[in-house]
Amino acid sequence: MPVNSADTAWLLISSALVMLMTPGVALFYGGMVRRKNILSTIMMSFAIMALVGLLWVLYGYSLSFAPDKGGLIGGLDFIFLHGVGQEPSPVYATTVPHLAYMIFQAMFAIIAVVLITGAVVERMKFSALLVFSVLWFSLVYCPVAHWVWGSGGWLARLSVLDFAGGTVVHINAGISALALAWVLGPRKGFLEKQPMEPSNIPMVALGAGLLWFGWFGFNAGSALTSGGLASSAFVATNTSAAAAAFTWMALNWFYRRPTVLGIATGAVAGLAAITPAAGFVLPLVGIPIGIVAAVVCYYCMLLRTRRGIDESLDVWAVHGMGGTWGVLATGIFASLVVNSAGADGLLLGNAMQVLKQLAGITAVWVFAFAATWLLGKLVDVTIGLRVTTVEETVGLDISQHGERAYGGMLR
Amino acid sequence: MKKIEAIIREEKLDAVRRALETSGYFGMTVSEVSGHGRQGGLTLQWRVGEYKVDLLPKLKVELVVLDEDVPRILNAITGAARTGEMGDGKIFVLPVDDAVRVRTGEEGENAI
Repeated sequence: MPVNSADTAWLLISSALVMLMTPGVALFYGGMVRRKNILSTIMMSFAIMALVGLLWVLYGYSLSFAPDKGGLIGGLDFIFLHGVGQEPSPVYATTVPHLAYMIFQAMFAIIAVVLITGAVVERMKFSALLVFSVLWFSLVYCPVAHWVWGSGGWLARLSVLDFAGGTVVHINAGISALALAWVLGPRKGFLEKQPMEPSNIPMVALGAGLLWFGWFGFNAGSALTSGGLASSAFVATNTSAAAAAFTWMALNWFYRRPTVLGIATGAVAGLAAITPAAGFVLPLVGIPIGIVAAVVCYYCMLLRTRRGIDESLDVWAVHGMGGTWGVLATGIFASLVVNSAGADGLLLGNAMQVLKQLAGITAVWVFAFAATWLLGKLVDVTIGLRVTTVEETVGLDISQHGERAYGGMLR
Repeated sequence: MKKIEAIIREEKLDAVRRALETSGYFGMTVSEVSGHGRQGGLTLQWRVGEYKVDLLPKLKVELVVLDEDVPRILNAITGAARTGEMGDGKIFVLPVDDAVRVRTGEEGENAI
């Protein structure tokens, strides 16, 4: 097929939009940690953006999208981008250059790894994070991306619907975050309920704003074309984010006061939940998906806190559970009227789709948890996952990076 | 000469400044401090749930006054800073050996 310029323009812009989500996460997470760990938290996002940006073009795209090996992983046909050029791929996004599809997918791989860092802030050694990221990217992200989106992937053949990454990015990162936090252990003072005050809530709001903005590329870009489907996904995305942000604010208000931290978190939960559904459901379905996402994620976060698990910035509660609800909701609300490449869901009489979605959810939950736990243990027994107690007390900004966020206390 | 150190509520600074100016003292040093006395903590919200901060933000006003002005200044500050609730703050009075005005080199009571 010839290259379509409108589709190409939209996909390249979408790639840039998704790229901007990673600095968005950096600010979103950075503002929620204590002031001695702001830079180390931001650094995690930036370092992974550089690291995975390289690994993806070297071998990651190939492992995820090259011709299939047994439904489990792509082969090495696309290694070093061999054969990935200005002509469209015959299989993926057939109206845009293969390179454009490849770089769009790169941004998803980056943000998936970056999301996990929310679980380990304020105590994970920087070198260990880099090593873990290489392992997780290669052995968890690439296979799961292949299962769901790769031609021949086993979840794709099972016709599990995941429009923009509910399983691949959000469940995958969210469950892995929980497993890694478990291996790593809580921050010093966490079990003693020492207050850990967010250092900069305006920064959290800015980060959430960049995420909301970039998510239009994430979801509407996943139409891979620039027409009606992209528009439908765009509206569904905004609607779900709005519904979830408002719901979270209302929950906060019901218990005490409406907070900035709460409304920002709600928006992200709604965005995570609509991700798998965006291009399979009618735009206004974003309302029930967003409302339920906020309620589910809110109470999961409360549960996590009460159980004394230091999955510090709630990647599991927001992305893991928001993504899980979204993948399930796709099976409930999907409609062939929206996307003929999708399916009808439960409400249109196809209960099978819910079972397929549950199979996808279960597969990614189990694999992500087990594989991440093992990789975490492996890094722990070889180079060690944690900084020393003294380094943790001083803060990771100074102990890991030799910088501090707010200098110039005098003059 | 005595040094007055008054720990007051943040929102009472303007009232305290006006009271001191009315009493003839225009110079002072103000800093942001945190601490607590008998008052409990401040309850803040996390994304879900709440947490307590036990050190509360306060302002510390420092100035040096003549011995005979001490009772008048204490009255002025107390009157301006009081709400009657817990957390109104405290005032300490300390002896001062000497003072120097840097610009002129004047010393002692002339310098304050």
